[in-house]
Amino acid sequence: MKILSIDTSNYVLGIGLVDDTQVMGEYISNLKKNHSVRVMPAIQTLMKECGIKPADLDKIVVAKGPGSYTGVRIGVTIAKTLSWTLNKPIAGVSSLEVLAASSGRYFNGYLSPLFDARRGQIYTGLYQFSNGSIAAVYEDQLVMAADWVERLRELDAPILFSGNDLPLHRKVIQEALGDQAIMAEITEYNPRPAELAFLGRNRQDEDPHAFVPNYIRLAEAEAKWLESKKQQ
Amino acid sequence: MKSEKDQLILGIETSCDETAVALVRNGREIIANVVASQIESHKRFGGVVPEIASRHHVEQVTLVLEEALKQAGTAMEEIDGIAVTEGPGLVGALLIGVNAAKALAFAHDIPLLGVHHIAGHIYANRLVKEMEFPLLSLVVSGGHTELVYMKEHGHFEVIGETRDDAAGEAYDKVARVLNMPYPGGPHIDRLAHDGQPELDLPRAWLEPGSYDFSFSGLKSAVINTVHNAEQRGEKIAPETLAASFQASVIDVLVTKTVQAAKEYKVKQVLLAGGVAANKGLRTALQEEFKKQENVELVIPPLSLCTDNAAMIAAVGSVMYEKGQRSDLTLNGNPGLEITIHND
Ligand SMILES: [Zn+2]
Repeated sequence: MKILSIDTSNYVLGIGLVDDTQVMGEYISNLKKNHSVRVMPAIQTLMKECGIKPADLDKIVVAKGPGSYTGVRIGVTIAKTLSWTLNKPIAGVSSLEVLAASSGRYFNGYLSPLFDARRGQIYTGLYQFSNGSIAAVYEDQLVMAADWVERLRELDAPILFSGNDLPLHRKVIQEALGDQAIMAEITEYNPRPAELAFLGRNRQDEDPHAFVPNYIRLAEAEAKWLESKKQQ
Repeated sequence: MKSEKDQLILGIETSCDETAVALVRNGREIIANVVASQIESHKRFGGVVPEIASRHHVEQVTLVLEEALKQAGTAMEEIDGIAVTEGPGLVGALLIGVNAAKALAFAHDIPLLGVHHIAGHIYANRLVKEMEFPLLSLVVSGGHTELVYMKEHGHFEVIGETRDDAAGEAYDKVARVLNMPYPGGPHIDRLAHDGQPELDLPRAWLEPGSYDFSFSGLKSAVINTVHNAEQRGEKIAPETLAASFQASVIDVLVTKTVQAAKEYKVKQVLLAGGVAANKGLRTALQEEFKKQENVELVIPPLSLCTDNAAMIAAVGSVMYEKGQRSDLTLNGNPGLEITIHND
């Protein structure tokens, strides 16, 4: 089974190509550069080098958010269009789950991957590996970093934090959690596209037409509109 | 449905609040034309909200693609080129069409054609009537008011443009003063039909010989007129206001178009853009060009005036013929200039 994986949900642009027994290739960059310009050429180059034609693919897996709204949409649009037009299944995986799995497979404790969401907020969730598979303990959410670490203090095991935005929140985490907080190494900050591909491998196939990003948040205008309706 | 020598272009348009896909044969014949409008969703905000538009495009894009292919009774294998709106427009919205188009072009190894949205509006006319050059196009929409001169296919020269508000923008703003729901243009057009242009509103002719436009002064004049009347305890009939406003807009548009058509000795004048749906404007142009014997006036049907993908495919068809191609680095470009493609 040949799987193409696509992650454009944050600054990291990741493309992976795997089959049943091996990771054939990965492309990863961590740059504040336009994903829209670079994703398709990256997919094209990787597939060409691996000798895989679009019709040879058996599944498309995409990181479905959370992250940058525009970024997530680029990857999801490409993935669902490829899935639909090639008539191959699509599956989505949480962008946070990919990050957690990329850094914490052998960690004995909880995993808190995070992306900065400005003004002290983070996108995060709590994950845990057991018997080689990852599961969510607390679901993905948008939360103030300070509130999140307070909540984690109640846990009875060490927590591994990871992600390229970790330096922005390191202080808040360490002050609240002390030794309970373990910081991933810089080489494990990038979510791995091969990890994404294997996570999505056994996920249930979704309908490409109905496939949408997980934004976590409503669009601002929508939220305000709902609020104003409530007040009426 | 397609013989060997036929050319079939698939068009994709997502620059604002319509998700649209169409198939056009040989640059002129619409085989399928599907438009999923989001207007109902944006109405509650009184205008298009970019983030919400982008979200709707992601929800709709493959559904609309499938529906268009189904209506055309064709498969991707039959398609010679994929044309997509590259800009101008809302960047987040453009990116959905562009990336869907790139994925399709890659999946089936089909040439990709990045199209300028305004070129699309102009080429909507070619789906009705073959173009004869040189020609002049009056492009009027929510975001544009331009006079574009074309000496041949793919050659676009902007000879006049708005210096402030687009005509459609002025319509929407005046509609707001009259407390009309979004989008205001059609409401004003309808009201104007029932009123007389009794108010003396300004016409911005700008310096002699200029084909540029300016509507912000007119918009302010309307607002002042309403406020002054209110202060006197009077109320101007909305029909009168709408008719007077519309008369001013149309007077300037039509007069400048006629002048430019004469100066550039064009064979055709094409009306393009969403405001081309405006009845008052259509009628005034028809009246005026009845008198110009050597110039043919072409006005597309309403369904082709508003944003659609058939017009994008029509431009793509000409680009395909000329051997112009985009590559997989194609991006959404919100401020894209209309260029002379053959230079
Ligand atoms: Zn338009």
